[in-house]
Amino acid sequence: MANETKPRLAVYKLASCDGCQLQILNLEDELLDIVGAVEVVYFLEARSQTSDGPYDITLVEGSVTTTHDLERLRDLRRKSQTLITIGACASAGGIQAIRNMQDVEEYKRAVYANPAYIQTLTQSTPVAAHVNVDFAINGCPISKEQLLEVITSLLIGRVPQLPTYSVCVECKRKGNVCVLVASGMACLGPVTQAGCGAVCPSFNRGCFGCYGPMESPNTDSLCQALLTKGVSRAEIVRMLNGFTGWAEEFHSAAERLEKAPL
Amino acid sequence: MTTRTIRSIRLEALTRVEGEGGLLIELHDGQLQNVALDIYEPPRFFEAFLRGRSFREVPDITARICGICPVAYQMSSVHAIESALDVSPTPEVRALRRLLYCAEWIESHALHIYMLQAPDLYGLESVVALAAQQPDLVRQGLKLKKIGNELMALLGGRAVHPVSVCAGGFYKVPTPSELQAFREKVEWALTASLETAKFASALPLPDFRAEYEFVALSHPNEYAMNEGRIVSSAGLDIAVEDYEQTFTEQQVPHSTALHSVRSDRGTSYMVGPLARVNLNFKQLMPLARDAAENSGITWPSFNPYVGIVARAIELVHACEESLQIINSYQQQAKANVECPVRAGEGCAATEAPRGLLYHRYRINEKGLVEFAKIVPPTAQNYRRMEDDLRLLIPKILKMTDEEIVARCEQLVRNYDPCISCSTHFLKLQFKGQ
Repeated sequence: MANETKPRLAVYKLASCDGCQLQILNLEDELLDIVGAVEVVYFLEARSQTSDGPYDITLVEGSVTTTHDLERLRDLRRKSQTLITIGACASAGGIQAIRNMQDVEEYKRAVYANPAYIQTLTQSTPVAAHVNVDFAINGCPISKEQLLEVITSLLIGRVPQLPTYSVCVECKRKGNVCVLVASGMACLGPVTQAGCGAVCPSFNRGCFGCYGPMESPNTDSLCQALLTKGVSRAEIVRMLNGFTGWAEEFHSAAERLEKAPL
Repeated sequence: MTTRTIRSIRLEALTRVEGEGGLLIELHDGQLQNVALDIYEPPRFFEAFLRGRSFREVPDITARICGICPVAYQMSSVHAIESALDVSPTPEVRALRRLLYCAEWIESHALHIYMLQAPDLYGLESVVALAAQQPDLVRQGLKLKKIGNELMALLGGRAVHPVSVCAGGFYKVPTPSELQAFREKVEWALTASLETAKFASALPLPDFRAEYEFVALSHPNEYAMNEGRIVSSAGLDIAVEDYEQTFTEQQVPHSTALHSVRSDRGTSYMVGPLARVNLNFKQLMPLARDAAENSGITWPSFNPYVGIVARAIELVHACEESLQIINSYQQQAKANVECPVRAGEGCAATEAPRGLLYHRYRINEKGLVEFAKIVPPTAQNYRRMEDDLRLLIPKILKMTDEEIVARCEQLVRNYDPCISCSTHFLKLQFKGQ
């Protein structure tokens, strides 16, 4: 049987919006080839048959916000040869990690009539905070091209090539006029990892950090530059505490900025 | 009399739906005692962490409630914020927003028809299995979905979480030639959507009927998407501002899941494509109306399985209206109307692919959100789904557990539930367990 030699692929979801696993189904031109090259054995959104593992490749979307999900994740790690996180929730805690800087008990009261029913951890944390992660695909959402690069690399046994440089590089390649320098817009592009194709500056607005911190970002320096441009401290802090706000480089820079003397 | 036999049927994970939830069925002495959708999708507290954020950030944040219908969240957000700030977008912005919404309907409806629901009607477990039997059909579905995604990317930079929508309009609008260059693809999509409608109408749909109250936005001059009054098949006709008085989200004692009901009588209702086609039939575009009239279905339809046909008819409508907007598009000098920073409160409802989506915000004088309320379509359909299951299960008790579960899942899939959207839902257990 051909299936016996195909790698077994699983797609799992924790706290998230479904958008990153949807990017798999959004590979419309490649989808039928992918399911020819791997055996998709667990993907609730796409098929009814499920296998409990073991898996050769596991893609995990979402952050850890409940003890139930934490148990699932640990079990999943044991069953998976290669575990890859997909998206900002899995890699950095996601937008729901805003709660990490707030009082989650108050959150429950704000959203639910009977907060006692709600079981949730005080923090939304990335997958790598709990188990070993073999590879991370960043982005909110991930890019289809990067996903394809990682899957094909694994299939042919080479290391995936994803950029570690900033959004600025992509933005310059597109020939955009710099929204920060020319228009004074608040933009996290200089410290954010490339991958989106500089989509926000291309739409006449600043980057808000979906792909998380680039390798060795100088976030403090960017904060100073934004202050000089007249962006308020509160706005910079909100931007850093955004879609990848629990990533160490962004979170710590936001804290330093908040505590710095005026 | 004490219960002698208890039969519990449990499905850990619903498949081919967005997000994660299960199903619990409990029979006492062969009688249906309890049925519940067991939703363990973790809560993400959007309404709580939106507080303190600028109104300008809201459409980007609420988009992240759902990767499949981000535009819907952006649309309800910006309309509610514009209402709070007393800002009116231009007619050109209004048309482009409809085009963006059409693109999302195309993407989402094609996904549901071809990849999530069609396998059921062929007795197959996935689109992969369907592709082995009907490769051309699946390719057509994938291409349709792709065109919806590409149109979203053209207008919003990317298909999942597009970045162009802001309060007051758009950050950037396309040029007429960019839209014209896309026209051929939409023409192909229109033809394919007409074929989809024929294919869906010919499917052997199970017979099922219930007394539904259908609820949708309705507008006299257009198939309602972004504005209108909220109407129902039971004669309701209210302004969006009266939504929260008319409908209530309940946290019921035996369940931790919130369910929307009519406030006055506590009854369930249905939102989504079937509700819209039933209520807004007259506003369908001509080819979409033809497709509905030639479907062999008597409208209004009270069979939830007809949902797949309604979705296909809306696919036709979305392609047809997209073409119309592209053909008449004229670019304006300004992409948006400036929004003043002032205090205010406003609400809006728009039609997400899965149905009515209500938002309300209170904004302070610094432009920061003080209060947010979001009622997703799936939250409004949960009670109705459970009512349907209560009608179905007694008729299929002789089946095996596995067959019962499969039939229940198929019924639930008619609603295209988006569990990720329904941020309120949690794991539940029946009393005493």
